[in-house]
Amino acid sequence: MKKVYPDADAALDGLLFDGMHIAAGGFGLCGIPELLIDAIVKAGTRDLTIASNNCGVDGFGLGKLLDTKQIAKMQSSYVGENAEFMRQYLSGELELEFNPQGTLAERMRAGGAGIPGFYTKTGVGTQIAEGKEVKQFRGEDYILEEGIFADLSIVKAWKADDTGNLVFRKTARNFNPPAAMCGKVCVAEVEEIVPRGSIDPDHIHLPGIYVHRLIQGEHEKRIEKVTTRNREEA
Amino acid sequence: MADETKGWDRNQMAERAAQELEDGWYVNLGIGIPTLVANYVGDKDITLQSENGMLGMGPFPYEGEEDPDLINAGKQTITELDRTSYFDSATSFGMIRGGKIAAAILGAMEVAENGDLANWMIPGKLVKGMGGAMDLVAGVGRVIVVMDHQNKAGESKVLKSCTLPLTGTGVVDRIITNLGVLDVAEGGLKIVELADGVTEDELREATEATIV
Repeated sequence: MKKVYPDADAALDGLLFDGMHIAAGGFGLCGIPELLIDAIVKAGTRDLTIASNNCGVDGFGLGKLLDTKQIAKMQSSYVGENAEFMRQYLSGELELEFNPQGTLAERMRAGGAGIPGFYTKTGVGTQIAEGKEVKQFRGEDYILEEGIFADLSIVKAWKADDTGNLVFRKTARNFNPPAAMCGKVCVAEVEEIVPRGSIDPDHIHLPGIYVHRLIQGEHEKRIEKVTTRNREEA
Repeated sequence: MADETKGWDRNQMAERAAQELEDGWYVNLGIGIPTLVANYVGDKDITLQSENGMLGMGPFPYEGEEDPDLINAGKQTITELDRTSYFDSATSFGMIRGGKIAAAILGAMEVAENGDLANWMIPGKLVKGMGGAMDLVAGVGRVIVVMDHQNKAGESKVLKSCTLPLTGTGVVDRIITNLGVLDVAEGGLKIVELADGVTEDELREATEATIV
């Protein structure tokens, strides 16, 4: 079975439908599936629920899907730095389910690993715990959080071979592996598809079993906050 | 009301907070004043975690050497060190939740005398989200808050009980402000240290919480 597709439109063909649940990799603008997001904008799929740590920035990343009002609900941990997000949320156009960052990552990982729920101490006694089962273990309270089972995963990696084995680069790995795991179908975009056998099997970060479709493309890789130091300080 | 500039400035607060760290610790620093703590660790062997998936966080890059694939949890460009390792977000929060991180130094909007912490939203005004803060305060060994003692209106941020939505309940161990250092203790807060030029009366007057 061939996993490599010519472009993002082809890779998403037949996978998109209104009201679907998508898990997206990335942290801020780092390691986001830019090309697949653009293709979903183009496809015009509506009423999306998206599990992603952030929602891009105004006009870039998932922020593009906000501008076109294709998102109905976000499952995120942090939505600062995005004025349009705030506007849609405060006006009630957009539903927002806040998840502590580690809980969101674990919900994805758990869903991908066939675990429908897990208990965590994170959020006990806060708004996050409202309506959730509380259970005591070793004398301490934990809350029940549910695994995420998405219809589609969209992720970004650095390199892949044609069987979908992925290698990420530096902190661009972030949510991509757990997001890739929790979808029924996972589409990955990479900077380079390399020949089979050219990645040391010990150096593969995410095995190809989690990746169903694959594209190679050019990425803008925009930086959210450029911060530097002066050379004199060294 | 104590003068807003009384006591320690941002860098002095960070310097004082750095004294809390012990040789060999893995530590998570929050955004704002906590980030400055890295400048004062001196000879101690401290490994900084960035919860987006990195241990061994280095300083900001030189201009022209920024890498879009290398950012910290505040989305700022950073660099790696010879000890650096990278991992995914689930692994990152596994080490946080699993108690492997010795301490977190965080900013706060409010702290209460029972150790409750609020630092993620102001209803109707500011909706940013908790990011990794709820996981950190629930999971790490020691939670140290570094913040201004009072808000811009001159009201105490060290309270009998928090008014804003909580990040965690009973999670704070120590509070470092421009006026001094306070520990969460039985029945209220205990003064550990006064900032330079601050009297105990001034600290008490600027604090709404019970001081024992």
